[in-house]
Amino acid sequence: MNDLSVHFEGVSKKYPHFSLDNIHLELPAGSIMGFIGANGAGKSTTIRILMGLVHQDTGSVRVLGHTMPAAQAAAKLDIGFVSEDMRLYCPATLAWHMKFMRPIYPRWDQKYAEELARRFDLKLEQKIKGLSHGQRVKAALLLALARRPRLLVLDEPTTGLDPVARMEVLSELMAVLADEDRTILFSSHNTLDVEQISDQITFIDRGKIIDSDDKEAFLDRWRRLRLVLPADGVVPRLPGVVAVGGSGRLPVLTTNRFDPAMVSVCTDQGATVQAVDTMTLEEIFVANVHSRRERLTA
Amino acid sequence: MYTQYIDMHSDVVISQSDSRPMYQQIMDQVKQRVAMGEWASGEEIPSIRQLAIALRVSVITIKRAYLELEREGVILTQQGKGSIVAPNPGLSMELYREELTDRLEDVARLGNLLGLSGEEIACRTKEAANRLSEARLIGNGLTKERV
Repeated sequence: MNDLSVHFEGVSKKYPHFSLDNIHLELPAGSIMGFIGANGAGKSTTIRILMGLVHQDTGSVRVLGHTMPAAQAAAKLDIGFVSEDMRLYCPATLAWHMKFMRPIYPRWDQKYAEELARRFDLKLEQKIKGLSHGQRVKAALLLALARRPRLLVLDEPTTGLDPVARMEVLSELMAVLADEDRTILFSSHNTLDVEQISDQITFIDRGKIIDSDDKEAFLDRWRRLRLVLPADGVVPRLPGVVAVGGSGRLPVLTTNRFDPAMVSVCTDQGATVQAVDTMTLEEIFVANVHSRRERLTA
Repeated sequence: MYTQYIDMHSDVVISQSDSRPMYQQIMDQVKQRVAMGEWASGEEIPSIRQLAIALRVSVITIKRAYLELEREGVILTQQGKGSIVAPNPGLSMELYREELTDRLEDVARLGNLLGLSGEEIACRTKEAANRLSEARLIGNGLTKERV
C-alpha cells in the first residue's frame, strides 16, 4: 500500500520561454492526486515527462517502478492516459477502437468496456466524427479504463463536460479506486472536482510546485480570521499569515498554518475574533498563488 | 446479534454549498441517525472505500470521518472486518451538549459584535431561559398568575 506509483525527484526542464524547476512529486498507490495550476503553469509538461513523451534535462522520474523515460515502453502498458489533444480515429466507430485496443493490452476487459459504454450513454456503432466533445472525452476515457491500467493519468478530464457528464466521469474515477492498487493522477483547473475526489493535492505555478499535501491536511491548515481590533489596537502577529485584508479595525487574516490556539492569541492581544472561516480549495489556490507571486516581485 | 448492512449512501447527503468540511458533514449525519435510533448498535456500516465510491468523495475524507467517529465512540472498526455502530446509549445527550456549546459560542460572538459585556450576555441568556419555562407552563395549562 505504501508504494509510490509516481515519484519525481528534482526534475527540471528548460524551454526558451518556460522552465519546469526542481519538481518533487510523490503519489502513493491506491490514491487520487489532483494537480492544480493556472493555464501555462506546467501541468501538461509535468504529465508529458511522467509519460516519457518529453525527456527531463535533470532529475529522476519513476512510474510504477519503471525509470522514465528509459523504460517507457514497459511502463505504458500499465498506464492509461487521456488528454484533451488526444485524437481518436474519426472515420471509425467506438467498437472499431475497442477491437483495435484488445490485442495490444493483455488486461483489456471487454465486459467492462461495454458496461461503461452503457453508463456513459455511448453507442458502439457510432462513428467518432459524429460525437460531441463530451462524448469524445467519455469515449477516450472508456478506452483507457477498459485496459484496467494500474495508473490513470488524465489531463483535464472534466474540462468542457456538462454537469451530468462530469458526475458520470467522477463516479467512474471513484469506482476505479475500489481496487486498492490502482492510482489516478488528474490535472484540472476545476477546483471543485479536485476538492471532491482527491486524496492528495498538488499546486503548481510558473513551473514550480508551490504546495503538496493530503487533502484533509490542506483544508485544515488554511483559515481566514475576521478580527475586530480595539481603538488603538494593532493586528496580532500570527504564524503562516499570507495575506492581510479588510480595513482599519476590521482586519481579515489568511493563514496557512492555522491552529485553534490562534484564537486565544488574538484575544490576549485585545482583538475580538468575529469568525474563523474555512476556505474552499479555490480560495486556497488563489491565495497561495497570489502570496507566492507577491513574494517573488517584492 | 443480528447485523444488517446499512444502505448509507442513499441516506447521507453531502452538500458542496455547506461551509462545514465534508468529513464533518458525514460525521454529523452518522451521529444523528445513531442518536435517533435509526441505526442500531451492532449494525454493519460500509467500508471506507465503499462509502467513498458511493458518495464520490475522497477515500481520505471518509477515513478521517470514520477515525473521528471511532474516537468519539460512535463506531467500532475491527481490523480487516469493517466497521459497526458501537453500543453507546449516551450519544444523544452528548450530541445535545455539543450543539449547546456551538450555539453558546454563536451567542457570545453576536454579543461581542453588539458590544455587550459578559454579564449582559449572561443576563440575556437567563431571560431567554425564563421565557422558555414560562411558555412551557402556559403550554401545560398553567397561567403565570397561578404559579
